[in-house]
Amino acid sequence: MSQSIDTNKVGKIGKIVFGILLVILGFLGVAAFVFHSDKEKELNIKEMIFGHVQDAYNWHITTIGDKHVSISLPCIVYGQNGLDVFSSSRLGHEGHYTEYNGYKIAEEGNYAGKIVEVATGNRPWDFSITKNVVSLLISCALLLIIFLSIAKKYKSNGFCKPTGLQAILEPLIVSLNDDIIKPSVGKNYKKFTWYLLTVFFFIFINNLLGIIPIFPGGANLTGNIAITLVLAAITFLLTNIFGTKAYFLDIVWPKVPTLLKAPLPIMQFIEFLGVFTKPIALCIRLFANMFAGHVMVLVLVGLIFVFSQLNVGAGLGFSVVSVLLVVFMSLLECLVCFIQAYVFTTLSALFIGMAQVEEEEE
Amino acid sequence: MSLLTPDPGLLFWMLLCFLIVAFILGKWAWPAIVGMIEERGNYIEESLKKADEANAALAGIKAENERLAAEAKNERVEMLKEATRLKEKIIEDAKTQATAEANKIIENAKESIQLEKDNAVKEIRSQVAELSVNIAERIIRGELKSNESQIDMINKLLDEVNIAKS
Repeated sequence: MSQSIDTNKVGKIGKIVFGILLVILGFLGVAAFVFHSDKEKELNIKEMIFGHVQDAYNWHITTIGDKHVSISLPCIVYGQNGLDVFSSSRLGHEGHYTEYNGYKIAEEGNYAGKIVEVATGNRPWDFSITKNVVSLLISCALLLIIFLSIAKKYKSNGFCKPTGLQAILEPLIVSLNDDIIKPSVGKNYKKFTWYLLTVFFFIFINNLLGIIPIFPGGANLTGNIAITLVLAAITFLLTNIFGTKAYFLDIVWPKVPTLLKAPLPIMQFIEFLGVFTKPIALCIRLFANMFAGHVMVLVLVGLIFVFSQLNVGAGLGFSVVSVLLVVFMSLLECLVCFIQAYVFTTLSALFIGMAQVEEEEE
Repeated sequence: MSLLTPDPGLLFWMLLCFLIVAFILGKWAWPAIVGMIEERGNYIEESLKKADEANAALAGIKAENERLAAEAKNERVEMLKEATRLKEKIIEDAKTQATAEANKIIENAKESIQLEKDNAVKEIRSQVAELSVNIAERIIRGELKSNESQIDMINKLLDEVNIAKS
């Protein structure tokens, strides 16, 4: 009895601490922007937002006065002079880009913000460890640490009551496995659990890292189309590589009235298009949701500066409203983080399951 | 706009990292976790089933015990009844036997009395006969002192015999 009361207390205290932390973080963020905007009188909300949601060659943490606090990351490019590896600090920072070894960061054009060759303006092969790649590595390390340690726990005493992280994640894993993967994929579900479980936790952990406003979070990884494209492509490949004969037959010769498919292959065309639109929808949905969430938070924060440009009082007054809205949005994003991971996994499982249909016996 | 054009570098790192993570987790984490959860579920289910079975068996044993006890009680009552019945029967039998025996004795007694009586009558008869012969002898002896009377007598007797013969 006493134990349960204790956990209740801990839960309540945890909630209060979490709430206070969120509010403090909100104000800290505002303070950072205020410092920032003092120095650069000209306010460009659009640039500010895109600077935060896009990839970067260094991880900018904050700017105190004139000093940029940021982590320089290695640039790895293969271009005019072969392979080149150098620190991103050599290319300068926003507003003060410098040339290094024939490379520079383009300030405008199609490749704005990316490394280009000075001479030609072309893009070299760029395998730089950017902010998103670091975030990706951090999340992968977290995934491996969390799940390998849990697996070890299961191996050593699997029949015991789950404790700690294991107790938190077990219901998730069980419900994913029993309620999504098994019913959606069908009897061959064991062939796909490795992907579906990994993709869920990969998206979930990256979403959560994305809404933490300071290092090591804050990289908008799942709101980057390259990430969601890879995930959707894997779903697409798994769907079609392991598709059954009945699934492909249904694309080539669907069970519809003959006129719809015989002289003109109307249905075939639609079915064939569907093969590609499904994973593309997956890709865009995750990208757009996470991207929009980040932009929403940034816009709400940016509103403070829009108002403070009108006058200082309006800015201060609106900052209270804005912080409350940002806290609300962050909490909403917590929900969205889970929902998007869940939706991506469910739809992937469904698409894979649809391609697992057996020949109907009539 | 660069927002919608995937960066090849990030694509490369993402593909590499994700596939490695998925491979490692798929090989060492998910099978262990999911397998153990399933195994534990089966174990718990089986244990519950076994407990149910044990409970059912226990209930069965209890019912059986009760049944046996009731049966034993019934049997005792039955036995007591039987004993009472037997006792009564024995008494009854003894009574009838005693009556029969007594009747038999009485009968025997009556028979032997009859026999004694008959014997007595017979003896009396023979004594009477003897007595009368003796008396007759004495009388005859007295009468037959003379020869003529003796011959008369013989003749008379012979006549009688003849009459009887013819």
